[in-house]
Amino acid sequence: MTFSVAAGESFGLLGPNGAGKTTTIRVLTTLLRPTDGGASVDGHDVVREGLAIRRILGYIPQAISIDGALTARENLEFYARVTDVPRAERRERIERAVGVMGLDSFLDRLGRTLSGGMLRRLEIATALLNRPRILFLDEPTVGLDPTARRLVWERLEELREEAGTTLFVTTHQMEEAERQCDRIAIMDLGRLAAQGTPAELCEEFEVDTLDDVFTAATGRTIEEGGSFRDARRSRRLSRRLG
Amino acid sequence: MHAEAVVSRAGSAEPLRRIVGGIGAMGWAEIRKLRHDNVDILTRSVQPLLWLFIFGTALRRNRALAGGFHDYRAYLAPGIMAQAALFIAIFFGLAVIWERDVGQLQRLLATPLPRVAIVLGKAGGAGIRALAQSVVLLIVLAATGISIKWTVGGVAGALVLLVFATGGFACLSMILASLVRTRERFMGIGQMVMMPLFFASSALYPLSIMPKWLRVLAHGNPLTYEVHGMRQLLLGIHTGGTLWVDFLFVAAFLAVAAAVAAKTYPRAIL
Repeated sequence: MTFSVAAGESFGLLGPNGAGKTTTIRVLTTLLRPTDGGASVDGHDVVREGLAIRRILGYIPQAISIDGALTARENLEFYARVTDVPRAERRERIERAVGVMGLDSFLDRLGRTLSGGMLRRLEIATALLNRPRILFLDEPTVGLDPTARRLVWERLEELREEAGTTLFVTTHQMEEAERQCDRIAIMDLGRLAAQGTPAELCEEFEVDTLDDVFTAATGRTIEEGGSFRDARRSRRLSRRLG
Repeated sequence: MHAEAVVSRAGSAEPLRRIVGGIGAMGWAEIRKLRHDNVDILTRSVQPLLWLFIFGTALRRNRALAGGFHDYRAYLAPGIMAQAALFIAIFFGLAVIWERDVGQLQRLLATPLPRVAIVLGKAGGAGIRALAQSVVLLIVLAATGISIKWTVGGVAGALVLLVFATGGFACLSMILASLVRTRERFMGIGQMVMMPLFFASSALYPLSIMPKWLRVLAHGNPLTYEVHGMRQLLLGIHTGGTLWVDFLFVAAFLAVAAAVAAKTYPRAIL
């Protein structure tokens, strides 16, 4: 698969469970070495310049990365300390992230007591402290109710407008991608099936919605695929979030 | 141009600063967690106290078991402190698997922290927990009048030795966790590693009463050196072998285990 993402754009990687979206993100965030081929982020090679990439990215995995035994504020403090935020700027940046993500009302609650929407906003806040140039979000709205989902997207949009942060999002929600992403790549069974703006894709495949684009590009519907582990994970996640 | 600037800066003092900063951040997080949930330390203290006051009291007058020392309970105390710390350390591997199942592990690995800082940070967390636990046990020892030599240097030295060894065992546990990867299997492996470590050491009885084959095993066991050093520092028992050898062996164990864990730890996310 070959694709590129322009600075400041909102890019969606779509596909059913098991298509390889998470693996793609793990290669780009330097967690996994590519077995073949290569990739670069902001001009840095993922294999040779991993550290340079880890300095400029924010990454929010699909599963919850907040420490439930710490308060929201302590989680922010912790991630500020481990993502190279200069000591003198920590307080100000935490305050700012709290404002941007609307965390004021639950700053001193333990992570394990927060709702799904609160957790996602807190996670995004912890990923903003190092002022990332690119934010990787793996299924950011899985398990969230429509209101929480909308709130998360509104905040992400604001962020992109204000700071010009590039968003790299994976999802299997086609309508969401259609609404939120400038450009989209559709992935299936480890391959890229199509890419372009939502409008371009609909035009190319002569259909009305992205759901139909997926079917036209892969010959399958999006519900198929996925493994036991994926299913177990997303269910456990929604249970914890719920 | 930008890439070169970053790489050349990373070549100087940056990695060291990140290692120290990372250990500091993870140690700080562990202290905050302890403050939110301090009941954990107290409930974990029950088991070592049972060993000390049931097992130890039953065999109190047994001089052979105490290597000739007049009170077996006092002789047992450092061994039990080390054992309680070992339990804490081994379960840090379980925490790694838990953090993999939620997203914390992936998240940490995508920060600029060097792998070794993550591993040493976790080891430091285990050390802090073990330290808090040991303070509780020392308070009980003081309150019940068990004959410890209460010197500042002795107690401090013993606690340093305990923290280093616990860090090493936590790294060992993380290595196991990255190999087995599921919680269920880790529970079995954890027991399988922990009990032999405990029995093939001088925690419960001196090396001198062991059969030869067990003594050979005990000589390769970091727990033996940890307990030996603590006994010398807390009780003044000299049974051959000098204190600096104990410190050196435990420090070397921590260094090797941390280096191996830093290599295997990222595998846990797969």
